Formats: sequence, C-alpha cells, structure tokens
Amino acid sequence: MSTMQKLVGWIDDRFPLTSNWKTHLSEYYAPKNFNFWYFFGSLALLVLVLQIVTGIFLTMNYKPDATLAFLSVEYIMRDVEWGWLIRYMHSTGASMFFVVVYLHMFRGLMYGSYRKPRELIWIFGMFLYLALMAEAFMGYLLPWGQMSYWGAQVIISLFGAIPVVGDALSTWIRGDYVVSDATLNRFFAFHVIALPLVLVGLVAAHIIALHEVGSNNPDGIEIKKHKDPVTHIPLDGIPFHPYYTVKDIMGVVVFLMVFTAIVFFAPEMGGWFLEPDNFIPANGLKTPEHIVPLWYFTPFYAILRAVPDKFMGVVAMGAAVVIMFFLPWLDRSKVKSIRYRGNLYKTILTLFVISFIGLGYLGTQAPTAVTTNIARVLSIIYFAFFLLMPWYTKIDKTKPEPERVTG
Amino acid sequence: MSEQQVDNGKRRFLIAATTAVGGIAGVAVIAPFVMSMMPSQRAKAAGAPVEVDISKIEPGMLLAVAWQGKPVWVVNRTKTMLKDLPTNDSRLVDPKSEQEQQPPYAKNEFRSIKPEYLVVVGICTHLGCSPTYRPEMAPPDLGPKWDGGWFCPCHGSKYDLSARVYKDVPAPLNMVIPPHHYLSDTRILVGEGPKGA
Repeated sequence: MSTMQKLVGWIDDRFPLTSNWKTHLSEYYAPKNFNFWYFFGSLALLVLVLQIVTGIFLTMNYKPDATLAFLSVEYIMRDVEWGWLIRYMHSTGASMFFVVVYLHMFRGLMYGSYRKPRELIWIFGMFLYLALMAEAFMGYLLPWGQMSYWGAQVIISLFGAIPVVGDALSTWIRGDYVVSDATLNRFFAFHVIALPLVLVGLVAAHIIALHEVGSNNPDGIEIKKHKDPVTHIPLDGIPFHPYYTVKDIMGVVVFLMVFTAIVFFAPEMGGWFLEPDNFIPANGLKTPEHIVPLWYFTPFYAILRAVPDKFMGVVAMGAAVVIMFFLPWLDRSKVKSIRYRGNLYKTILTLFVISFIGLGYLGTQAPTAVTTNIARVLSIIYFAFFLLMPWYTKIDKTKPEPERVTG
Repeated sequence: MSEQQVDNGKRRFLIAATTAVGGIAGVAVIAPFVMSMMPSQRAKAAGAPVEVDISKIEPGMLLAVAWQGKPVWVVNRTKTMLKDLPTNDSRLVDPKSEQEQQPPYAKNEFRSIKPEYLVVVGICTHLGCSPTYRPEMAPPDLGPKWDGGWFCPCHGSKYDLSARVYKDVPAPLNMVIPPHHYLSDTRILVGEGPKGA
C-alpha cells in the first residue's frame, strides 16, 4: 500500500472522505444528455466563491461608516494595490451572479426540473434567490452613493406600506428614522457575514437534495427507471467526475472570458452594472432625477409601479416573487420537458419571457402614461403564466415521452 | 442499582416541562437582539429643533434645511400661487387636510401658520424619495393644468404648492407638515410647535 493510500485509509477511519467523494462526484450518476443549459448551476457556485473571496479582500480596506464609506471605496479604487481589480470583480460578479441564476432558473422552467420529486430542490433554490436578492440589495448600500442611499430608502419604505406595523418595522430595519450610519453599519454586518452564511447553507441543502433524487435532464424523464441489473447504475447515467467536471471546466473557461472582458473593458456596463449617480456621495436632501434599481430587480420594480396603489403595489411586487415557490404544484402537465409539450405551453412560456424582459426594461425607464399601461399588460401576462398554469398545462397537447434519453 | 420500572408518564412530563422552560428562555433571549436593532438612545436624542432664517427666501423660492436627517422645505409662496391653490381642490385626494399629516395649527386652507410660508417635510409619502420642486406653470412634461408643486422622480407622484397630493398617483397622503413656530417675523424653529399647541 502506498503512503497516499495509507493516508486516505487513516482519514477514512475517522472521516467519510472516500464515501463522500463517491456519493457526490465519482459515483454520482448524472444523465448523459446534459446540454449547455446545465453549465449555469456550477457557474453560480463559481461566482459565489468569487464573491466571497473578493468580498473578504474588499473588507480589508472598506469602512462601514457614513462619513468614510464613499471615500474608502474610492481609496480602494485609486490607492490600494490592485484594489480596482478586486472591486470591479466584485461589482461585475454581483450582476453576473444574477445572469447565471436567471439562466439556471429558466433551464428549470424549460425542462420541468421543479416537478416531483424535485420540489424541495426548487424551494431551496427559491430561498437562495431570495437570499441573493437581499445580499445584493444590502451590498449596494455600502458604497454610500446617491443610488445606494435612495435605493435603500425606497426599498425599506416598501415595508412601511404594511398596515399597522409598517412604520415601526421600517424604523427597526433602518435603526433610525432615516437611512443613516446605523443602517449602513447593520447592512454591512448582514452583507458580509449573516447572508453569506445563509447562502452557503442553502447551497448545501440545494445540492444534497439534488444528489438524493438525482438530476433531471433535457428529456425530463427519470434515468433511475432503467438500471443495470447487476451494478444498479442507471443505464443513461455517467459519473459526474470526470465527465461533467471536465465539461463544466469548458463552461467556466467561456464564462471567464465574458467575465474578464467586462471587468477589464466595461466594468460599469454603460450604467447597467454600476449606475452613474452612484459616483456621487449620498445626500439625504436630494433625490437623483431618475432613480432605478439595478437591472436584476427592475422586472419587480416595474410591477410595483404598474399598480396605482401604495399597499397593493407592494403586495403585487412581493407576490411576483412568492408565486414562483408554488410552481411545482401549479404545473399539471403529463410531461416535464418542453421537448414533449404542445404549442400552447411553448407560446405561453415565450410570452412569459417577453413579459419578464419587457418589465425589466420598463423598470429602468422613467414612467410615462404609455409605458405604465404597457407595464400593466406585461404584469398581467406575468401573473397569468402562473395562475392559469393548472389549466393550460392540462389541456395542452403533449407528445409521448421516450423511455430512454435521446441525447 | 435495583431494576426499576420506567415511569413513562413522569418521563414525558419532565421532557415537556424542560422543553417548555428551555423554549421560553430561548425565545426570551431573542428579545435583546431584536431590540438592539431599534433606534439607539443617541439616534432618539438627535433631531433637535432647527432654526431657519426665512428673510432671504425670495417670493416663489424654496429653501431646504435638514431636520432629523430629513429635508425640510420652507417655501415663500407668491400671491398668485396662493390664489391658484383652491382651484386644485377637486383634483386632490385630501384637499381639506383631514388626514393627520399636519399639526392642528397648520390644518387650514394653506397648511401653514402664515399663508405665504409653507414648511413641509420634503419626503414623498409613497416610498420616501424627495420630490422635485416644479414651481413653473404648465411645463410640457407635467401638462397644461399644472400650476406649480412637486413632482416625485421615483414613481411619478404629484403634489400642489400646499404639498397636497393629487389623485391617481401612487402616493396616498399629503406630505407631512412638521411641528414649527415663529421665533420672530424672520426666523422659525422647525421641530417644536408654538407654546400651548
């Protein structure tokens, strides 16, 4: 026995190293027909690691104090060795996190990955999405620019719309009667320690649940139905390592090409990743002329603005996120994957994508009477996609699913 | 030790009692953490009244000062502005200021102590942005009926020159009139009502 084997044996007697390696990598059998849509889960994990690492280095120079915060970010950008790179990696990473997460969620929509027995994977995923939104929102306050300040003011005021307890609740969140040093300091605490812990815990739950039931695939059929009679390995399964680890590295390479191109050549992305008004220090007496959240919140922001009532607007915005949790129980189709669904579902899914992107665009624009009406139509389509799903998925003409995966 | 009969009833009682007492203590210990997030004593003590010299405000002009970290505006309204105010009544949510958005001494036609000087907390009652002062008549973006007021850039709420909110905008209430009183003809104190009020 080699020294290496001896060492592994010594560890295995005390810690389940080899068995975990097998369960989650070398003997985790994933369907052999994954396509490029299956990159985005592992890419989300990569971005999480990137954000944690760059975040740790940013905290070494950042000051969570209303009088120092803005200047400490400029200090990182101008005077800290390579500080600009670390900060741009972090700010670009925030937007790219949402890019890969939205694509990852859309993959789930297309192939019915939320359907039985994967409901809990979807629920954990939705909690991850919520935690990620909170993480991004709180992180955006930290540079203490005009958009940081007024964005936080608006979002915290949303809680004030809740009847009876609203005002007390928003004061409690701010820790003051206005967004102030107390707010900045606590958002820093949530952003750097509380929410990252929640995110990492939820990622673990998401992956453990996935490895318990096994991955879905573009055909939306269960590979566990056809196993080798002797080895009990799914006939259409291949071990995650080395097959998908190698495939994912290819995805990582392409992703990093895009990521680094943004970091080096367009870190502000024309105002989409870093808004121009945020280069002005926070001023509690003057709201910027045109205030919008970052692009990843704008679909929900457009829904908020489409409703002409303060409380109902907030309810509609919250409902737009919460309704996604119920997807596993709203879909009554006989098949999971879009490949075997009828034209009705495909049409409605296309409308849903158009409404989501359309709302996202409108949320970035100043409201006018015309755009508000368009936003109302798109909001109705958005909610109809979910609320009518039990009906249209049932009457949709599906094609028969294959027995085995089709590659 | 002799073999004893397990008294399951007693065991269940002890488990339930321990769980209940431990649970109560566990919940109780959350309280100080939750309360630590409320405004601190220092934050509560801040927000002392602010003195404003209003002699330099030209007719039609707005002066912004900070009180409790919030913008407070003092507007010197012209005679024309005051004359136009009642014409808006039918298009407003609360023209008579019936909601508790002002101290009793400012609950009048002009929402102020002296008609010309409006003192108001410049925060939109929708989601807390600070609206933009638009005193001009009928600008192209606000329509021909506009005779001065505030427009909120965040979600399009509109207020007239008494900070009363128009109908069909997201903001539900008129902007808040803070407690204030006149120290002399040219100086006001924001944050404290007149004596006896």
